Amino acid sequence: MTDTPLLEVDDLAVEFRIGGRAQRAVSGVSFTLERGRTLGVVGESGCGKSVTSLAIMRLVPQPPGHYAGGAIRFGGTDLLSLPEREMRRLRGGRIGMIFQEPMTSLNPVYTCGDQIVESLRVHSGLDRRAARERAVELLDLVGLPSPKSRVDDYPHQLSGGQRQRVMIALALANDPDLLIADEPTTALDVTIQAQILDLMGDLRDRTGAAVLLVTHDLGVVAQTCEDVVVMYAGRIVEKAPTGALFADPQHPYTIGLMAAVPRIDAGVARLATIPGSVPPPWARIAGCRFASRCPLASERCRTEDPPLRALAPGHAVACWHAPIEEAA
Amino acid sequence: MMTQVLNRLIISIPVLFGVLLLGFCLLILVPGDPAIVLAGPTATPEVVEAIRQEMGLDEPVLVQFLSYLGRVLQGDLGRSLISNKTVVSELGAAVVPTLELMVACLIWSIPLGIALGTLAAVFRGRIIDRAIMAVSVAGVSLPIFFICLMMIHFVGVQWRLLPFIGRGGPLWTVEGLRHIALPALSLGAIFIGPVARMTRSSVLEVLKLDHVRTARAKGLSETQVILRHGLRNALIPVVTLVGLQAGYLVGGAVVTESIFSYPGLGRLAVGAILSSDFPLAQGAILILALGFILINMVVDILYALLDPRVQA
Repeated sequence: MTDTPLLEVDDLAVEFRIGGRAQRAVSGVSFTLERGRTLGVVGESGCGKSVTSLAIMRLVPQPPGHYAGGAIRFGGTDLLSLPEREMRRLRGGRIGMIFQEPMTSLNPVYTCGDQIVESLRVHSGLDRRAARERAVELLDLVGLPSPKSRVDDYPHQLSGGQRQRVMIALALANDPDLLIADEPTTALDVTIQAQILDLMGDLRDRTGAAVLLVTHDLGVVAQTCEDVVVMYAGRIVEKAPTGALFADPQHPYTIGLMAAVPRIDAGVARLATIPGSVPPPWARIAGCRFASRCPLASERCRTEDPPLRALAPGHAVACWHAPIEEAA
Repeated sequence: MMTQVLNRLIISIPVLFGVLLLGFCLLILVPGDPAIVLAGPTATPEVVEAIRQEMGLDEPVLVQFLSYLGRVLQGDLGRSLISNKTVVSELGAAVVPTLELMVACLIWSIPLGIALGTLAAVFRGRIIDRAIMAVSVAGVSLPIFFICLMMIHFVGVQWRLLPFIGRGGPLWTVEGLRHIALPALSLGAIFIGPVARMTRSSVLEVLKLDHVRTARAKGLSETQVILRHGLRNALIPVVTLVGLQAGYLVGGAVVTESIFSYPGLGRLAVGAILSSDFPLAQGAILILALGFILINMVVDILYALLDPRVQA
């Protein structure tokens, strides 16, 4: 193993051209992910976290999307300049991806086994028989009961949790170094969520793969990630090790998010909310994109865009007011 | 799967009954007395009356229908009033040419329609898409008889490339193929448009779905994604459409066969109706309806094969 991190995203910007106008979905996004670690990407709907994960796979639909700048390096190779053929070899091979909707992410007209077999045959050139055996092994690995018969089931014959297990098996089929999970538990009910997260953590420990976990759920982050990136309106607003982030959140948005998490010891008071809503991606905002909703916003926040700056080793925040003394 | 086929068969019994009833009503409602037709223009009223009694046409309508039903169930469809051959033998001779025509029509038009529709979807908005859609709109809006006449005019008469009258023999002979070419091309032309349009919109719809993104994330090439995960799923509504179009196929066969003097069921039915040959007309209608039911059954089976969710 070399010293280069497995995944480096450097100043990534992705735009969508809609109605002749370029609209930035994501800009200035930078983070690194080391082998064997889990990085959480958190934010509200529309903050650009899914676009970021799709961008790493180069699956942002082009057009209307296109890369407006930055670099994505995977094991030192720049993915954005990689020919499509090479990129295909990485997709489903060294980079596996799990999507949010297990109900619709599997093709309804093929059996679960066939869908895993397809991926195995594309990447490892196994013959049909060997691929099928491997598919059964994978289904067993992800804890699907009686994998030998389930392998011939169609997706509609499985429950949501079981389908997500199949999706994970599919993503892991070719022993990826990086697993991108885009809201893997959002569509599942809570007990199944916990099982799936445990499974992913367990598999990460066994295979040594790095995991990029995209979620809007801070609870999921606390449970599974070592590092967190908080995104807001297409930017990273805070970046920290999980412990530091939860102990000492520095961006008013992160603080607001944490205050909005329901707590079992808080009685029956109304849940806290962050007033206002995320500005649309086409809004051209001079200063901090969170200023209109921020309780601390000052004149400087409305005119000057705060850069991401380090407060402590590994802990960076994009706020003029940081460090904030007493977190909410 | 077997129970499904069985269910379909049971459901088709009332349909067949309805067809028999309607075919029978033809005899009663249509102007023209079969007894007079049979007796000829010079017969005396006594002769006509005798024939009427012999044929049971003086009985009450219900009795006539029940006895007709009884005969049909025994496989006796009566005799043609014109040729005096049994209806069964007349139909038997016409069924094979019509089946050949339908096969020859579908075998090129459906795959071509699907291929064109897929191409149009993949190159959506580009010149190739517009060209294909323009052709398919023409195919949808041109009436079948016009296409037939244009084929005869240009390919048959002006360029003298292919024969355009009658049948040249079984499908597997060179003459058979040459003779069936123009009718099959004309009849098929009305299918390409609807099939191409449906395939295009269906493929576009499917390519937006989540599982196609999963297929891309697996590292499949774009061609594999479109053929295996796009087209395969997109075919489900296309098959439904083809089933619905089966009516056009039967109706189109009637027109095509008449224009090309092709000795099939359609021409037989038209000839029988025009010459007030009621037993033959009833028989032809019955067989055409049976064909319609069979096509829809095949469509249902295909549907279940294409979409595993249907079987459950």
